[in-house]
Amino acid sequence: MQNPQLTNDGKLKHLLSIDGLPKSILNQILDTAESFVGVAEREVKKVPLLRGKTVCNLFFENSTRTRTTFEIAAKRLSADVITLNVSTSSQSKGETILDTIDNLTAMHADMFVVRHAQSGAAHMIAKHVAPHIHVINAGDGRHAHPTQGLLDVFTIRHYKPEMHNLRVAIVGDVLHSRVARSEIHALTTLGVPEIRVIAPKTLLPKDVEKLGVHVYHDMREGLKNVDVIMMLRLQNERMTSAMLPSSQEYFKTYGLTSEKLALAKPDAIVMHPGPMNRGVEIDSAVADGTQSVILPQVTYGIAVRMAVMSILAGN
Amino acid sequence: MKIHIKNGHLIDPKNGIDAKQDIYIAAGKIAGIGKSPEGFTANQTIDATNLVVIPGLVDLSARLREPGFEHKATLESEMQAAAAGGVTSLACPPDTDPVLDEPGLVEMLKHRAKQLNQAHVYPLGALTHQLAGIEITEMCELNEAGCVGFSQADIAIKDTQVLWRAMQYAATFGFTVWLRPEEPYLAKDGVAHDGEVAARLGLKGIPAAAETLAIASILRIAKETGANVHLCRLSTAEGVDMVRAAKKTGQKVTCDVSANHLHLTDFDIGYFDANVHLKPPARSQRDKTALSNGLADGTIDAICSDHTPVDDDAKLYPFAEAEAGATGLELLLPLTLKWADDNKLSLSDAVKHITQSPANILGIAAGDLSINASADICVFDAKQYWKIEPKALLSQGKNTPFLGMELAGKVRYTLVNGHVVHG
Amino acid sequence: MNLPNPEALFEMLAEQIKPMITAKTAIVGIHSGGAWLTERLLPILGKDIENGILDVSFYRDDFNQRGLHNETKPSQIPFDVQDKHILLIDDVFYTGRTIRAAMNELFDYGRPASITLAVLVNRGGRELPIAPQISAFNTEIEASKNLQLLRHQDGTFYFTLEENE
Repeated sequence: MQNPQLTNDGKLKHLLSIDGLPKSILNQILDTAESFVGVAEREVKKVPLLRGKTVCNLFFENSTRTRTTFEIAAKRLSADVITLNVSTSSQSKGETILDTIDNLTAMHADMFVVRHAQSGAAHMIAKHVAPHIHVINAGDGRHAHPTQGLLDVFTIRHYKPEMHNLRVAIVGDVLHSRVARSEIHALTTLGVPEIRVIAPKTLLPKDVEKLGVHVYHDMREGLKNVDVIMMLRLQNERMTSAMLPSSQEYFKTYGLTSEKLALAKPDAIVMHPGPMNRGVEIDSAVADGTQSVILPQVTYGIAVRMAVMSILAGN
Repeated sequence: MKIHIKNGHLIDPKNGIDAKQDIYIAAGKIAGIGKSPEGFTANQTIDATNLVVIPGLVDLSARLREPGFEHKATLESEMQAAAAGGVTSLACPPDTDPVLDEPGLVEMLKHRAKQLNQAHVYPLGALTHQLAGIEITEMCELNEAGCVGFSQADIAIKDTQVLWRAMQYAATFGFTVWLRPEEPYLAKDGVAHDGEVAARLGLKGIPAAAETLAIASILRIAKETGANVHLCRLSTAEGVDMVRAAKKTGQKVTCDVSANHLHLTDFDIGYFDANVHLKPPARSQRDKTALSNGLADGTIDAICSDHTPVDDDAKLYPFAEAEAGATGLELLLPLTLKWADDNKLSLSDAVKHITQSPANILGIAAGDLSINASADICVFDAKQYWKIEPKALLSQGKNTPFLGMELAGKVRYTLVNGHVVHG
Repeated sequence: MNLPNPEALFEMLAEQIKPMITAKTAIVGIHSGGAWLTERLLPILGKDIENGILDVSFYRDDFNQRGLHNETKPSQIPFDVQDKHILLIDDVFYTGRTIRAAMNELFDYGRPASITLAVLVNRGGRELPIAPQISAFNTEIEASKNLQLLRHQDGTFYFTLEENE
């Protein structure tokens, strides 16, 4: 099956999922992102790469943070940006998705950044857009959030360049997390030798080891000697659907506190895709502490998204 | 109308025929095999040289979408599809709109079907009102109106007490209860087999245990109440094992598998192909192999198409939101042939699963070419490949996971009651 | 054709540049050839001159035709461009488009007092009204040929002149 993200000669046409992308393309994105980090520190924080191009943010699922970073990234590339917040009430059927896409194409949109509550939505859209249009998946259901996965490994690469020697732990609701899946694929593709997931059984997908991870239910065991801790956000629904008893017990067993952090390597870094639930998955002392790289993640997020858009626009 | 089908390779599992034989039809019935009956002069001769002649296919599950879902398909289009697929008898599930829980509705459906003069239609009545799993239906009345069994379609009964009583009532009169085994709470909102593929794609999984737990309950209740039960659309290896074990104890139970599940696994979802969104879901390679073995050793009695046409837009959604199901009447034969070929089984073994066995399950006189049997016949070219594409299908449902594939097995003629309905 | 030894040209270039250095001069090399030249120039010019590297990938005018170059490197301009006299260094001056991109990029950092372009070789064939003020060697090379400055392991320069594919 031809990977729908790649052209016939192996160039990136859409960014839908890190799963299935060759290492060379991941590295191309990360290396290009390096060059964009500096742009934010200049007088004129723009480059003219996407001048005259229109990027359309198509958010079927609400998100101010992600939408804003994509907007900033597109504008820093000198693109024109349209944002469409299609609320779930008006969009109840797929016809609206495809009709919306057709309308936007008629308005000469060159690139769609799509977020949707259903897994596979970005793939579906990519299948139906006109050939010159590029689709970036900004999060589809539980399936993937590739730019988040990329900015996470970019961050890791920045602080821990020796990727071939790292132990990484991902903590929290892996079952429902598109961020976790993208992180796992990025880490395995880039050759990180040990990836651990730490979670109660109710928050892990069946056969998760087949994704290339070691499973831990005991957080203290799982954090021993890790170099990178990636925390995941816990959503309230997990308590109401019998997967967890309470956020207090969750914090006790799977929350990252200074005491647990001390079990990892002394120079371990702490990451979180945001927004954080302080006191649920992570203690404020850790979130604001010296080992936290949560704020730099955000900065790198813009550079990585600029890199993705540039590479796609040029292909 | 006297018809002579000459030179064809006849396969009739019930009567043990697997040889070149001519077949003679008169007054809608089979008048002779091999030798022409006394004084027979054909009005029409069908040259079946290099073709295979078998009993018309008996399909245990085909949704005709009437009443109520005419935007998805109509009786006319689907009966034509049946004819094109060589299907001469079919059972349809009760999940129409309104649900087939009133004798009047059943009579109307039967009447409509009869008028079209194509395949014989055997409706399955609803086991509970509106399929809601609360009150049982007037099974005797429905049976009289023409229902050959009682089913819950895809909607499991949540209240075990209701299930028990419904089966007990059916058992009183010897009616067969058709159930697709799936524990409703474990399967809720699930769209794919709970395993590596669902984990990777971020799709909510339906664990194999949802099927096996339900099979265990159903078999136990059937044993206690004495009900005849037919398990629909097995999908798990453990499920096959459970039925095998039950049959070994002498329990009367039958089951079927959908032709789709003999060829697909969860890997075929690929990049979220909504055509592979099925109920039950396509499961692992191990499950697929077990289903195949189950058919071969007789644990599974029949192959059905599980024909479920949907309208064009219904699949144009993200996977989980796309309507489940695949069109199948025209694919039952080629998919069965391919399965037999892949597993090095004889044509006769394959044909049995879509003619004689399903006819036995339905309790109808069909699925064989005995003298005086209704002349329901399918003549096909086992070697002709054809491409599965929308324009090649007569069904209004173009939704199939096999889109774009070339399959062998093209129906040339279909006869029902001795007259040609296709070809 | 016989190209002069780039090492010799480099000596000539350094001689021509030396008198231009003032307190407000900054040297910016265009990646990659210009950056190499700048690296070799700095110790010769002696003082602690402000310097930087420009990668013009994001300012090229052929992005829509050719896409993003595979190996972009971050530009490094660690000084304030405002009011500086920039000495822009490149290895081969050809169409002038790289210099246009470099100037556009520089102006996104600030407003320089002046820009002086110094190159090792001016190979003729300019397509824009841009020209180097300093060039160690002027010649005419056919459009079908590609002139490149490369470095040996020990850092010494050499030229290659090959047919375009």
